[in-house]
Amino acid sequence: MPEKSAGTLATETVASPTIRMPKRPAGTLYRGREGMWSWVLHRITGVAIYFFLLVHILDTSLVRLSPEAYNAVIGAYKTPIMGLGEIGLVAAIGLHALNGLRIILIDFWSVGTKHQRVMFWVVIGLWLVLLAGFIPRQLMHIFGGE
Amino acid sequence: MTLVTDAPAEVGAVQAYTATLIIRRFDPDVDAEPYWQDFDVEVYSTDRVLDALHKIKWEQDGSLTFRRSCAHGICGSDAMRINGKNRLACKTLIKDLDISKPIYVEAIKGLPLEKDLIVDMEPFFESYRSINPFLMATSKPEKGKERVQSVVARERFDDTTKCILCAACTSSCPVFWTDGQYFGPAAIVNAHRFIFDDRDEGAQVRLDILNDKEGVWRCRTTFNCSEACPRGIQVTQAIAEVKQAILRGKP
Repeated sequence: MPEKSAGTLATETVASPTIRMPKRPAGTLYRGREGMWSWVLHRITGVAIYFFLLVHILDTSLVRLSPEAYNAVIGAYKTPIMGLGEIGLVAAIGLHALNGLRIILIDFWSVGTKHQRVMFWVVIGLWLVLLAGFIPRQLMHIFGGE
Repeated sequence: MTLVTDAPAEVGAVQAYTATLIIRRFDPDVDAEPYWQDFDVEVYSTDRVLDALHKIKWEQDGSLTFRRSCAHGICGSDAMRINGKNRLACKTLIKDLDISKPIYVEAIKGLPLEKDLIVDMEPFFESYRSINPFLMATSKPEKGKERVQSVVARERFDDTTKCILCAACTSSCPVFWTDGQYFGPAAIVNAHRFIFDDRDEGAQVRLDILNDKEGVWRCRTTFNCSEACPRGIQVTQAIAEVKQAILRGKP
């Protein structure tokens, strides 16, 4: 074999690597089941709770600087919008806590992985009971129904 | 679902349909981005997705590129995402899918896309190799004899011996999609196969390899791997057992 064939001698084009990855290889959304969605919810609620705690530590630490400023901030929390936000907070913490127990059972209970799907629906059930108890009370609280 | 045959079907006769496959195409020489392409193909109720892909390649568009070898669910070549789930094309019957809707076929996720349905499997095999997927034993069996193992001891790791390295589990893992350093379910399954084998002496080595930020502790128990496995391996269960073995310090 000659080192260079006639064809390549004639037109010596720059051999740039033509194989390249697409920038967006992702296609459809992966159709995972309960396990995947519990993980998605756990991650979203976890990040949301983290940001709440960040603000919460800041507002609580205000009391050392100026009690008046602290009172003003706590007063702002009593507005209806913040009241509705608290519903979201309780919903997020409730789900994160209950699903956290499910994850602990998956990791440490010998048959946890076998019952993970049932446990997910138990978590959702308990969470709905929790919210059914909390939301009406909170709405009464916000809109002065007491 | 449109019935192609006009004549009243005989009892037990194979039905034929026209199925629509929407395939995610990508040719690195031409395309900057992957795109979807529709194909109408006549299939029988006994056909698998792989048969439909063959029909397209042989009769409509010879440039369609995919891997398959044995076509009987044991070589692990044709894992792909069918209607959003990782499946083997050769084990997915068309009649088990809803053919009133198009069937979406695309490459598995999280590995570099090379062409159409083919991805670069090298990162996957690299993490497989890194867990020492071979018997590590210093003892010699009796001359002319095999290493004897009890039925109970064999049963301990039976589930994880079924792996065909198709990458359906690893490429279904949300952690692996975003963190290519993660060993992935398949490597851990194959480590499990030797860690719990009582003829093997390398369990501690493998547990040390997997006791890592990018090892078993990256697993977030989403169970996508268990649902994707075409061999029905309880992958998340196997990962949980390896986690427990690391905590105990022995298999």
